[in-house]
Amino acid sequence: MVSYSELPNPAHNTGDAPTQLEIKLRRKARINSALRYTVLAVIGLIMVYPLIWLVGASFKTNSEMFSSPGFWPSEPTVQGYIDGWKTSTPYTFGHFFLNSLWIIIPKTIGTAISCTLVAYGFARFEFPGKNILFATVIATLLLPNVVTRIPQYLLFRDIGWLDSFLPLWVPSAMAGDAFFVFMVIQFLRAIPRDMEEAARVDGATTLQTLIFIVVPMLMPALISVCLFQFMWTMNDFLGPLIYISSVEKYPVSLALKLSIDTTEAFAWNQILAMSVLALTPSLVVFFMAQKYFIEGISTGGVKG
Amino acid sequence: MAELQLKSLEKTYGNGFKAVHGINLEVKEGEFMVLVGPSGCAKSTTLRMIAGLETVTGGEIRIGDQVVNDLVPGRRGIAMVFQNYALYPHMKVRRNLSFGLRLKRQPKDQIEQSTQVVSNILEIEELLDRLPKQLSGGQAQRVALGRALIKEPDVFLFDEPLSNLDAKLRASMRVRITDLHKRLRSEGRPATVVYVTHDQVEAMTMGDRICVMKDGHIMQVADPATLYERPANAFVAGFIGMPEMNLVPAVLSSNGAARLTLAGQTIMAGPDLTARLQTADGAVTLGIRPQHLEVLEDGAAEAFSGTISNLEFMGHEVNVHARVGDATFVAVVPTERFDTTLQRGDKVGLRPIAARLHLFDPETGENVSLADQNS
Repeated sequence: MVSYSELPNPAHNTGDAPTQLEIKLRRKARINSALRYTVLAVIGLIMVYPLIWLVGASFKTNSEMFSSPGFWPSEPTVQGYIDGWKTSTPYTFGHFFLNSLWIIIPKTIGTAISCTLVAYGFARFEFPGKNILFATVIATLLLPNVVTRIPQYLLFRDIGWLDSFLPLWVPSAMAGDAFFVFMVIQFLRAIPRDMEEAARVDGATTLQTLIFIVVPMLMPALISVCLFQFMWTMNDFLGPLIYISSVEKYPVSLALKLSIDTTEAFAWNQILAMSVLALTPSLVVFFMAQKYFIEGISTGGVKG
Repeated sequence: MAELQLKSLEKTYGNGFKAVHGINLEVKEGEFMVLVGPSGCAKSTTLRMIAGLETVTGGEIRIGDQVVNDLVPGRRGIAMVFQNYALYPHMKVRRNLSFGLRLKRQPKDQIEQSTQVVSNILEIEELLDRLPKQLSGGQAQRVALGRALIKEPDVFLFDEPLSNLDAKLRASMRVRITDLHKRLRSEGRPATVVYVTHDQVEAMTMGDRICVMKDGHIMQVADPATLYERPANAFVAGFIGMPEMNLVPAVLSSNGAARLTLAGQTIMAGPDLTARLQTADGAVTLGIRPQHLEVLEDGAAEAFSGTISNLEFMGHEVNVHARVGDATFVAVVPTERFDTTLQRGDKVGLRPIAARLHLFDPETGENVSLADQNS
């Protein structure tokens, strides 16, 4: 219980006893908020239940999986994790995690650098054809990814990049993700130009201004970009499926599917256990960068 | 330090809008030049062209003996103080101050020494390890000033540096900046300053000379006293001075001695004005500062008869608003000389002090009563 003195009491700063009306109002406010939080908690729980079930089920035996609807395993076991980690291939799941990282890290860095350069150009400079180019970038936002898959596939096949990570890295490193470019532009538009002008008066070149002044101010937006790119790439299934053919190079998303393909009676506990592991990196990264992430998307959206 | 010259400087934007119309201005070495004017008069654009932040579309900017039109800002030998300080938010004050020097790859001990000297002058030593967001407005402005000072530039550019501060702080920063300018002068390294403001108090108190601008044209360049006493045109006359100069249409007839007719009333303007006149008889704009308009009893000699429409008590003085025909005059009367029985609706006589009367051409706005001083 909260005592009177702890509650905000603007009318009685002098320490007078609260009136009957005030007591009534405060009680009403407390009941109100209790109601609000209960409703929110219930709805939140319903939404997050599949995830809770996933985690619980990953500790169940395969036979218990569909026999009991509850999420709490009756006989908790980590056998699913042990078997799942071994996989049915010559590689352990750790290998696929490394593959995923090997796709994600260069791609994320490439995205951050290329998007910053392109967004800086669009947000701060006037050049011939700027409007048409910008419209083109935005138009690609509206284009479903799938549409470009086939021409892209043919292109990369002709260059000879199939079964390598290059088709996954290069488009992003060329600012191919219009969404991120747009996001950074919006963020940049909200930042006054004075700092950059001050840097130019201080003698900085365009590139020095970008690196020493703009990039540090863009950090929240860049962290959001990296975070999105990390999570989306981690979860990307179609891209690796099309371009990567040898199991040795499979990322986690494909490896998960692998265990469904090769087993006749699906070992659901293994699949779920590995799904839980596959979720972990995104969650960890998200919570680590949460503060900047929220700053990044809210500033970019509201002030832009 | 060097002098700054603008020759037929023009700025036309891509959409065809001409912001600056071929202005000529010379700022002498060590001079404190204030550019002042209402919003949209292109004073900031002019400053930004000097800084190199706006391209020049015509004419020439010289700093010292070098034409700097096509130099990047960093090579012009300028430093600039921005209205909203423009401190780099992620750098501590120390690094904010030394950013320019570090870009020039000056030796570390030299940078450290310059930082100390500048922070000492501006009394910001204890702020060196703070981030800009931990500074108050006045402190941030001092750091911004320090960032300019540390570079020892040829020309200092100020873009309304005090307009984000509250009135009290503004007054003290005003004094600080002028003191600093005098101090540098007395130390033998005079600073050439171009200072943009829309605040005439700043202009009058700080400038060695003031350049009054309107719509991309220079209206007058002169020292504060000259601007106040001998405005070249009606715009300058109205812009400088508080309350504004009374500018009222009247008719001049100078049959031996100048007479002014306003709303059917004619007064003798006195021999002083007659001697100065540069214009033929006809319509003129009469200009008289509120401080130079005597409030007398109705019917006084050589005074317009008016009706008090409003009285503003200002403490040490009273602003008397009076209507003469369609025109409204404001007169400032020191409180101790004010007749406290006067009320709204009372009739009074308004007598301009002849020596302080200005007449402007109603078409061009030019001051046509400066003859004796000009010749």
